[in-house]
Parts: sequence; structure tokens; C-alpha cells
Amino acid sequence: MLAALIIVFREVFEAGLIVGIVLAVTASVPHRGRWIGGGVLAGVVAACLVAAFAGVLSQLFEGMGQEVFNAAILGVAVVMLTWHNVWMARHGRAIAGEMRAIGKAVAEGSKSLLALSVVVGVAVLREGSEVALFLYGVAASDGSSALTLTLGGCLGLVLGAGVCLLTYLGLVRIPPRALFGTTTVLITLLAAGMAAQAIAFLERANWLTSLDTVVWDSGWLLSDQSIPGRALHTLIGYTDQPTEMQLWVYLAVIAVTGLLMLMTAQERGAHAVAAR
Amino acid sequence: MSHAKPIPIRLSLAGACALALLSAAPTRAEQAVEVQLTYANGAFQPNEVRAPADRSVVFRVRNLDGKAMEFESKSLRVEKVVAAKSEGIINVRALKPGRYEFYDDFNEKARGALNVQ
Repeated sequence: MLAALIIVFREVFEAGLIVGIVLAVTASVPHRGRWIGGGVLAGVVAACLVAAFAGVLSQLFEGMGQEVFNAAILGVAVVMLTWHNVWMARHGRAIAGEMRAIGKAVAEGSKSLLALSVVVGVAVLREGSEVALFLYGVAASDGSSALTLTLGGCLGLVLGAGVCLLTYLGLVRIPPRALFGTTTVLITLLAAGMAAQAIAFLERANWLTSLDTVVWDSGWLLSDQSIPGRALHTLIGYTDQPTEMQLWVYLAVIAVTGLLMLMTAQERGAHAVAAR
Repeated sequence: MSHAKPIPIRLSLAGACALALLSAAPTRAEQAVEVQLTYANGAFQPNEVRAPADRSVVFRVRNLDGKAMEFESKSLRVEKVVAAKSEGIINVRALKPGRYEFYDDFNEKARGALNVQ
């Protein structure tokens, strides 16, 4: 039972962190529950589909289907997170500050919510497909152990949801003025970390072999398999043995996000001046 | 309207970079050493395998059981789900001599090791 609890918790924990952050980011946006709930639901359905077709998926791309698929959906999440940040740089302050054109802001806000619900969906899909496969295996095996394993799995799920709640409650305690900056940094690092993970999958698939030297090994300090290591892995993309390519892509995502945010903020400033 | 502009630029840039990198990738898999494993009744067969040092390794794990397993190794830095009744291929880079343990993450009683010499 403990094994089942740990396996399920470990996966749900990572998705829970991301859902918690997204909930905090959208704390003031109306109808966000619908979008995020939809993202979670779509993620669960997609996870079950991926689990059901895991065998088929594996056989794609000469046996590297899983790796390529993971890299692709992580890539989608990176684009969505970056887009959200850029969108917020343009509209965020307008929404938080002056309440003008609130109808328009809400309508446009749903665009950003769509991006974030895709991110939630991807997080649930990635972590959920493994849980689904594991639980399916449990259900397929007969005997009394199935019941205790299911119980362990459910407990793991509840604990994971608790992580989501704690992340959310922790973040919304930050005063609104500081929240914007905090979540922008969090989302940028989340995106950079996901991009670095996508690179890791492409490296495992042998699709990417340039710059694959490991830059450092900080496993002695903090293993990325430990719970704090896993939390940092999800949040900022911590890896105890990053390759050169991972590091470059990580830095590139941060740089590109910063640049795009700066550009859109300036563009917005120019518009504001022109309007006057 | 105007704010939509930077994104396609970024996407096409990313796409171009990805293509350049992918086409430049050497086919290292050709020199890889293949290690065959079978997973049946919740155990690896064989559970001790060997490989030469400084050569990349390709594991071919055939899962004969009716449920999925996850081939995982902390020291080899791999984890891969192998669906029921199917085969999983796992690439590992060139390794230093040593003993590298692996296991089924869904059933930690199933363990084995790769000895690199």
C-alpha cells in the first residue's frame, strides 16, 4: 500500500505544484475555475488515452515515441507559458490597476486562461498517464492486494491535491502588487525548466546529441530524485547532471521571455502615449 | 492585434534551430551495444548483464507480463514505461566502468544490474 501511495503521490505532487501556481496566477480572473477545471479534466482524459495506447505510442519513431511525445507536449507548455507572460506584460497592469474596459479585459483574459488551461492539461497528462498505467496494472492483478493498493493510490492522490492547495494558499498570501512579479518569475522558470526537460527527452531519444556533455554533478548536494529535488525539478527545472544543451536552452528561454516582455511593455507604452 | 506578432517569429526561430540541431546530429546509435532483457512474472531475465565501457548502450526490454512496467535506473538516469506485452528501447550514453542497478518502478522487487567493464 505504501508503495502505491508513494508512486501516485510522486506523480500527483508534480502536477499539483503546477496547478497550484496557475490557480494563484489567475486568482483575480473571473471564470478561471471553469478553464482550470477543464484543463485538469482534459489532462485526465488524455492521460487515460495515452496509458491505453502506451504500447502503440512507444513503437513510434523507432521505439522513441514516448520521448518524442513528451518533448513535444513540454514544448507546447513552454510556448503557452511564455505567451502568458508576454500577454501579462501587456495587459496585466491594466487589469490590476485601472479598471477601464473591464469587459474587454475579461474577454481577452480568457485567451490567456486558455493558454494556462493547456499548461494544466499538459501537466496532468504527463504525470497522470503513469498513474493510470500503474493503477490499471493494479486493477488487472487479482487478489486482496488490489484493494489496499487502490487505497494507497487514492491516499496518494489526496496528498497530491493537498500540495496543490498549499502551493495556492502560500502564493495568494503574497500581496497583489508583489504577486504579479513573483508569478512572472515563477512562470518563466517553470517554462525554462520544462524546455530543459524537453531537451532531456530528445537527448534520450538520440534526436539531439550535440552539446551533450554533462556540465556538473550536484547529486551529492541535492539529488533530483529526492522529494526536495523533485519539487525544484518541477518548479525551476533543477537537474543534478545537466547537459550543456539543457543549460543553454534554459538560459535562452529566460532571455527570450525577458526580451519579449520588454518589447511588448514598450509597445504598450508607445500606444498609451499615442492615445493621449 | 500587434501583440500577436513576436510569437510567430519566436516559433519559426525555434523551429529553425531545432531543425539545424536535428540534422547535425550524428547517428551514434550505430555503434551502440545492445542489451536484451526480458521481463516476465515480475522479474528481469537475466538480471545481471554486461557491457563494455565507453560505448553507448541500447536496452531492449521485452515485457511479457499483462501489465505495464517502468524500467528505471537512478545511476543510468533512465526511466521508461514499457506497456504490457511490448518492447521498450532505452538509450544510455557511454558509461564508465562500474555497476549500474536498474529496477521496475511499479514493482521494486524486480531488480537487476548492468556491469560495465
